[in-house]
Amino acid sequence: MSMEAAPIQSSMKQPAVILSWSLIVAGSIVGIWIVLAIFAPFVAPYDPTAIDIVNALKGPSATHWFGTDQVGRDVLSRVIHGARIDLLMCLAGVLPPLFIGTTVGLLSGYYGGAVDTLLMRLYDLTAAFPFFVLVLAIVGVLGPGLLNFFVALAVVGWVTYARLVRAEVMAIRDSEYIQAAQCLGYSDRVVLLRHVLPNAFGPVVAYAVSDAVLVMLAGASFGFLGMGAQPPLAEWGVMISDGSRYIRQAWWICTFPGLAAISLGLGLAFLGDGLGQLRRGQVST
Amino acid sequence: MHTVLRRLIQLIFVLAGICIITFLLVHMVPGDPARVIAGDRASPETIEAIRQRFGLDQPLWQQFVTYAGNLFTGDIGQSMRYKRPVVALIGQYVWPTLFLTGYVICLAVPPSIALAIASARRPGSLADQLIRFIGIAGMAIPVFWLGIMMSRFFGVGLGWFPVSGYGKTFADHLHHLFLPALSTAIWMVPVLVQSLRAALIEKASADFVVAARAQGAGEREIFWCTVLPNAILPTLNLFGVLVAFLIGGTIIVETVYAVPGLGTLMVNSLLARDYQVVQGLTLMFAVTTVAVTFLVDLLSAAIDPRARV
Repeated sequence: MSMEAAPIQSSMKQPAVILSWSLIVAGSIVGIWIVLAIFAPFVAPYDPTAIDIVNALKGPSATHWFGTDQVGRDVLSRVIHGARIDLLMCLAGVLPPLFIGTTVGLLSGYYGGAVDTLLMRLYDLTAAFPFFVLVLAIVGVLGPGLLNFFVALAVVGWVTYARLVRAEVMAIRDSEYIQAAQCLGYSDRVVLLRHVLPNAFGPVVAYAVSDAVLVMLAGASFGFLGMGAQPPLAEWGVMISDGSRYIRQAWWICTFPGLAAISLGLGLAFLGDGLGQLRRGQVST
Repeated sequence: MHTVLRRLIQLIFVLAGICIITFLLVHMVPGDPARVIAGDRASPETIEAIRQRFGLDQPLWQQFVTYAGNLFTGDIGQSMRYKRPVVALIGQYVWPTLFLTGYVICLAVPPSIALAIASARRPGSLADQLIRFIGIAGMAIPVFWLGIMMSRFFGVGLGWFPVSGYGKTFADHLHHLFLPALSTAIWMVPVLVQSLRAALIEKASADFVVAARAQGAGEREIFWCTVLPNAILPTLNLFGVLVAFLIGGTIIVETVYAVPGLGTLMVNSLLARDYQVVQGLTLMFAVTTVAVTFLVDLLSAAIDPRARV
């Protein structure tokens, strides 16, 4: 398309794209959750594990804004502390596959050859399994828990990142500035890290943010199924699972962690979408 | 014909890979595999019997040959919990899942097509922006939470639908599985809409549309007769991915609504450490996904001659 003429135009349009309202709102939501998670012990009104049987299953009130659960723990405090675990899941579930996948994708796309062929066959194979089923089976076999959930995500997830980076690298491998760097006698390492990586990384970041939504929802689902975070840990999926048994008399135990997960999910989803648009805005439009 | 042959060879390689991975899955279990298969409370004699019966004292490659040989005869393992072959268990639990999957597709496809068309007819319009917003938002909702909330409201609160089980007659199935199917469909519509919308917009600027316009075709005729049929094909190709998605979704939804299907069987077997069932189900899910992708490829090759290259 009109790739050559576009950059000059788009560099003038850039500020308008950066300040798109959905990106600001989404960034703020994620930012608020990060701040709440970091300062959870100071923000939360109660200890998230403090049991108070006398006040069990009490509805939302002035003293307990989100009510209390089946053993009298404050739901608001648990939701705030839960942000720590659910955000940690996003980080620990996305960064290892991102790192492994980017490394393999860079090498595979740049050098091609046997490694590349092997990578593509591995991708075919991983794509054959429904993502959720494979992660669930691996976690189930290794044993339920957060650590094994992260291991399974790294084992399954890196291939997607590798394929994404590989495609980007192959698109820019033969471009003039890469050839120029090679002609100037830079080592492959310098060319890869200083020239190829920065240019191939944009789509990966946008994908990683969208991936964080999937990982967070998968983590909460695993908590719900009893395969992820284990009670009494205040994780949103675990809280929803606990609350679902009391849903007839106490709707609030289930409802608030779910709303928390939706708000963080929405923030991350629109952040990823905005970043993707931002990148496309820089390339074309 | 040449392409079909090449796809078949590729298919065989992928199937072989699936066998290796599901085989290694059970061998990844920390500890003695015989003890794992036998369960925590098994006596030393039972463990020894299992070790000999499953050939666990043999080298790994020989065990794999046995495993692959068993697969060819249709033996994908034995459930320790139910004391029955995994194939028989799948035969028993597969129907609710198949019914649910079909139900979800029936509920999700018509609104997806309608929304995608509404969205793509005027890209950038208010309707398009709204549909895009709902699409992104829809993917951020935890399905299990949505399921719990809907069963509380429509099932327990209003009493319109049963909150668990599968029922006996066809009408019963429709009634019992409405909420599970709806929860999954709400989650699937955004994915479908996004892909179909992108395809519609891409095809709207294709050369053959310009040609049709140059020949004097009306905009309405161009959209329904030229753009839409061409946009269906890329979406059809997505079907394999969607089936994989759908399998993951039904696992969670079946657990929430206690539907006696494969998803419930999978989760219960995982929690009960009935690993041969997990292995067999993982194998079956993967083979299903691959088979659907393969059939879709054949179908699109039949429809579109260019896909045969």
